[in-house]
Amino acid sequence: MSNINENDLHAYADGQLDDARRVLVEAHLAHDPAAAELVRVWREQNEALRALYNPVLNEPLPQRLLALRAQRRRWPYYALAAGTMCLGFALGWMTQAYRTDPFIEAAALPRRAAIAYAVYAPEVRHPVEVGADQQDHLVKWLSKRLGSELKAPVLTQQGFDLVGGRLLPGGKGPVAQFMYQDAKGQRITLYVSHRDAEPRDTAFRFSQEDKVGVFYWIDGKLGYALSGEMARANLLAVASVVYRQLNP
Amino acid sequence: MDSTAIAEHIPRLRRYARALAGDSHRADDLVQDTLERALSKFHLWRHGSDLRAWMFSIMHNVFINQLKARRELALDEATEAALESPPQSDPLQLRDLDAALRRLPAEQREVLLLVGLEQLSYLEASQALDVPVGTVMSRLSRGRERLRALMSDANLSDASSATNLKVVK
Repeated sequence: MSNINENDLHAYADGQLDDARRVLVEAHLAHDPAAAELVRVWREQNEALRALYNPVLNEPLPQRLLALRAQRRRWPYYALAAGTMCLGFALGWMTQAYRTDPFIEAAALPRRAAIAYAVYAPEVRHPVEVGADQQDHLVKWLSKRLGSELKAPVLTQQGFDLVGGRLLPGGKGPVAQFMYQDAKGQRITLYVSHRDAEPRDTAFRFSQEDKVGVFYWIDGKLGYALSGEMARANLLAVASVVYRQLNP
Repeated sequence: MDSTAIAEHIPRLRRYARALAGDSHRADDLVQDTLERALSKFHLWRHGSDLRAWMFSIMHNVFINQLKARRELALDEATEAALESPPQSDPLQLRDLDAALRRLPAEQREVLLLVGLEQLSYLEASQALDVPVGTVMSRLSRGRERLRALMSDANLSDASSATNLKVVK
């Protein structure tokens, strides 16, 4: 009948066709119930696989994978091929490694931030514990609890006003969440966690956690994550402003 | 760029490994070996290329080596045909998708999972497995057909065992 082959059907079931080809396949399926049934079964298989194995994503990582932090710390220094440095770093590692989990930390920050966003951003009556009308108190309080001097960035130029903030339980202690809102009621949150690890800096990273986009970075002793349900480019623009304000 | 980027992929590597290897202990063996290798070869990763696809290709190599060590790999059509009718066919064990996956040849299971579970494009899957896209498509086709057949067998055996239970009552 048409030039639709089985590969097209697979690609259709997997959502890998471009628009033009997809229309052709859809027209074909309308007249070929056997092919339509195949596609239905394949999609069902995909969905069943995800339903069965997606829970693994949320399992805590087992200890032996955490133990890989040793490798993570050693390899760049091998690359530097400096034996004496190795010794120094090894000593540093021995005193630090048991308290820090770069693996976990990097993977956990955007997810925790996105969850905190998803919980509090839709909140109508109690989105924050302390409102922006008591901003000085809010910042002092959160700084004291985190043990680091925090700042609430000013994002009015970007159309976002501070709503307030709250204290949250993080993986290893208190975490601060600042919430902002624009004229349309769209909210973003800045999630700040104090790191127990040695200070370091990272570049911006992006993580899509379901509907919530998160830009996150580590700056010395603090980990930051800016979360929002908006286009990645828009969120990045705000994240850049936040970063510049925190690093004048 | 630092290797903490690798850490972000651990949950998804674990999901894939669990589906690929079956039990969680073997799956985490696979993840652990993959991470160790990825960390030691991180300097070989081309900046700007897809880190996730690279990690999957490493996991593929580790997986194949583990299978070789256990001599479970379906290397060609002949061994595949042998797998199709396992010597001790016990339909009662074939109750769920996970069990059905174990009955697929490893190469079909990999493709089915990379595409269906991990949602890699066919091109990415072909790169991760280091085979042509055409091979990905034919494995996908055979894998899906076999999974369909296994699952409908499973449903039948479920239905018959349910009937048996009624009779016993």
